[in-house]
Amino acid sequence: MTPAEPVDPPNPPLSRSARHRNQIIAMTGLVTVWVLLWGTLSWANVISGLVVAAILIAVFPLPPVTFAGRIHPLGMLRFWRRFLSDLVVASAQIAWLALRPRHVPRSAIIAVPLRVNTDLNLTLTAEALTLVPGSLILEADRTTGTLFVHVIGVNSRDEVEQFRRSVYDLEARIIEAVGSADELRRVRTAGYPNPLAHLEGEPT
Amino acid sequence: MTTVAVTVTVLLAVAGGLTLSRIIRGPSILDRAVATDVLLAIIVAAIATEAAYSRDATALPVLVVLAVLGFVGSVSIARFATRRKSE
Amino acid sequence: MTLDAVLDIVAAVCLISGALLSLAAGVALVRFPDLLTRMHAAAKPQVLGLLLVLVGCALRLRTGVDITTLVLVGIFQLATAPVAAHMIGRAGYPHEEIRTDLLLTDELAAHLDRLAGERDEVRA
Repeated sequence: MTPAEPVDPPNPPLSRSARHRNQIIAMTGLVTVWVLLWGTLSWANVISGLVVAAILIAVFPLPPVTFAGRIHPLGMLRFWRRFLSDLVVASAQIAWLALRPRHVPRSAIIAVPLRVNTDLNLTLTAEALTLVPGSLILEADRTTGTLFVHVIGVNSRDEVEQFRRSVYDLEARIIEAVGSADELRRVRTAGYPNPLAHLEGEPT
Repeated sequence: MTTVAVTVTVLLAVAGGLTLSRIIRGPSILDRAVATDVLLAIIVAAIATEAAYSRDATALPVLVVLAVLGFVGSVSIARFATRRKSE
Repeated sequence: MTLDAVLDIVAAVCLISGALLSLAAGVALVRFPDLLTRMHAAAKPQVLGLLLVLVGCALRLRTGVDITTLVLVGIFQLATAPVAAHMIGRAGYPHEEIRTDLLLTDELAAHLDRLAGERDEVRA
């Protein structure tokens, strides 16, 4: 892996053990949903869940998603706490914008090339972005790892740049929750990249 | 609890009416898809409120189905809308 | 005051604030100027409002089986709402009427232009 090089292939071919690991993660997830659906944790539920999950994975194989990192409990906790408070702030902001009389909110569409270009990070950041204040994911470019984000309620270019930095902060929180050591290092050393150098997009 | 249930019902009914007006006005099919998603969430909230009011969990499995249905609905509308555009 | 009464009051607060947020989502749907801003309304207040109603419901029902079902609904909602919004945004972005006069900057348009340019070069 080459750090600081944003265009390394996002999906390197998986080794046998990595594929095995992915299947185990998928199985665990499916069994958890199954048990939650039935509502009681019993052997019958777990075993029938395993059977259903095995059939599902055999019939509908999941696209390979590399989960290279490990789960950091502290980072996870920090991420969820911030995420929930962000969700409340976001809802209050939209409610205020909606109820404010005679005001048409202005918005912007910005490109944010992420520092860690893996499918997992791209997906998680995009999902979380939609639920935090002001942002909505419009398009994701997998080859360059760039997210295109619609931002509501911004009034100046400065606020747009400020917002771009908050997207990077969100990415850093996600990497601190589920990233590998290599990804963590990249996020910590890269700082805030300059997006215009990468995209050459003139403001319209 | 009855006061709460009545308040919630009125609030949700107004919200549903507003959402319905967006579904009728459009203008595009995607606007309608977004509004339908919200309407479905309001219905889920109404069913959950009913369950909370009467302390009766019979309707809860319906909520799971509705939650998934809303997602499948908007994704298929989105796909359909893109395909028609590219022709 | 008994624990039951306290739980009931918390549940009532959750239910009412959830319904208020749903109402805010409805108002936003009607008042916002274009598709993309309306999607914000569908994504945030709607999800939080529904989660609050589910919490209120769980606090009233208080049995394990029901709570797991409600948790599942909440997880589905959290996981699927952004994906649905993303799909609709992708389908709508360049085609639908988006109020470009309200946009401060549009870096996606620049990106799409560049992609189209690259495609033309390959073809030529």
